[in-house]
Amino acid sequence: MKQFSPGWTLIRIYTILVYVFLFAPIVVVIVLAFNPKQFGIFPMEGVSWRWFIKLAQNESIIDAFKNSLVLGSLTAVISTGIGILAALAFIRFEFPGKNTLNTLLLSPIMIPEVVLGVALLLFLRFLQQPKSFALLLIGHVVLTLPYVLLIVQARLVGIKKEYEEAAKSLGANAFQTFREVTFPLLLPAILAGALFAFTISFDDITATLFWATAQNQTVPVKIFSMLRNSISPEINALGAVMIVLTVTTPLLAGYLSRKFSKIKD
Amino acid sequence: MKSNSWKPWALLAPSLSAVFFLLVIPVCFIIVYSFWLRAPSGADIPAFQFGNYAKFFEDFFYPKILIRTIRISFETVFLCLVMGYIPAYYFYRSESRYKKIFLLLIMLPFWVSFIIRTMSWINIMGDSGLINHFLLKIGLIESPISMLYNEFTVLMGLIMYLLPFMVLNIYVSLEGIDKSLLEAARCMGCTEWQAFREVTLPLSLPGVSAGCLLVFVLTAGTYLPPMILGGPGNDMIANLIFKRVIGTLDWPFGSAISVILLSLLFVIVWTYNRYLGINQIFKSLQGN
Repeated sequence: MKQFSPGWTLIRIYTILVYVFLFAPIVVVIVLAFNPKQFGIFPMEGVSWRWFIKLAQNESIIDAFKNSLVLGSLTAVISTGIGILAALAFIRFEFPGKNTLNTLLLSPIMIPEVVLGVALLLFLRFLQQPKSFALLLIGHVVLTLPYVLLIVQARLVGIKKEYEEAAKSLGANAFQTFREVTFPLLLPAILAGALFAFTISFDDITATLFWATAQNQTVPVKIFSMLRNSISPEINALGAVMIVLTVTTPLLAGYLSRKFSKIKD
Repeated sequence: MKSNSWKPWALLAPSLSAVFFLLVIPVCFIIVYSFWLRAPSGADIPAFQFGNYAKFFEDFFYPKILIRTIRISFETVFLCLVMGYIPAYYFYRSESRYKKIFLLLIMLPFWVSFIIRTMSWINIMGDSGLINHFLLKIGLIESPISMLYNEFTVLMGLIMYLLPFMVLNIYVSLEGIDKSLLEAARCMGCTEWQAFREVTLPLSLPGVSAGCLLVFVLTAGTYLPPMILGGPGNDMIANLIFKRVIGTLDWPFGSAISVILLSLLFVIVWTYNRYLGINQIFKSLQGN
């Protein structure tokens, strides 16, 4: 394609405009987090860290952060753990009803989070259990499992069965084969899946708002409840911290994994 | 091989039981609860009656919200398609060395919480927000125009959330097209535009339709943009569910509305799957 034709230039400008649209709200949150004034939004009146310092002194926000981090990490571990097992079953074995079960496990993607939120809460009510951290955890595992499964399955398809067969013919048992051959080859997908699960859990608001309580808040729920009054620099600062955390983690992970794979070569 | 037949089931047991106990059974509970009665005291009484559904369709109030949900979902699909196809095409055809960075950037919003992306429109469109500030500064307006809390801002919030899904779906489908087909079309004398219309566009349709379905389903089930960026007249069906369940604790009616939403989505997904196949959607989500 002629990359300099007028048509192409238009396509490029259009794409850039779409990017501006997608990124303006994100950039604005980060910029406004440094706005020292208390009321109103624009104009900026200088640059200050005061809202970040205020956040760090706010105990309920620190608690929400701790809660979110623990919840995200546990969700990632559990979801990835059971996701790997399911992916192995789907890719390495033949059994009746395989496609139906695969669709069933992926179905949470297509079920609205509102319905998932209500359903789980209703079930808990029937069992006469109060809302708790455990509810958030099992809920987030259901939310993230399909994504982990998709990522790990996609990678597992690309790993040749012959490697595993070679290990087995050399006398390794099933567990040894998994530990020495499949697992190392699968590792990038496992890390990507776990990271994705963590971020989904850390960021989720739609279903979490049904499950959270005043004692068990996550950061997005905290932002939601702070928004009840009006938007403030403090909310923007909290948003900025979240953005930096959830955006740099995957970028850093991607960078490190590329660096390490280069060293190996 | 026969002796191995229990193995996949052992591997599947944890995830199947998770989805069975935490999704299948709870959703069945919603269906059961939607037939129950709510006592004036607020207690739920087991029953089998259609009162909750009758209440939904008894006057125009609730059906109007259902129709609005469908309309806003179609509008979001349309806008995402218009805004998303060209960037996806750009990634596909671009030979720039920054292409990878551009692609990575389109995924970045996925990593930013929905609540942040939604509320930030207040920073941009609020009375002292970016747009008003800019217009005041260049002297185009005397006093701030109020732009928030209407259907337009709700749509902005929805597009912000769903556009990356659309772009990725279309891009994955475009990337699967054999580029030599395009060269062949050009050799046979097609213009660039004809080659696009006759080859690229038809071959990208699976991604387009998968993107449309995903955007529709996600829009119809969301309540956050109407709640934060909408006014009283912009509620969608998910807002109703939220208000009934969290606000008034009317579980039976909230369940009935959830069943109505689920049925709507089921009809749409079933029809789609019948004619087009559902797997394309999962294909594009793998790349994330």
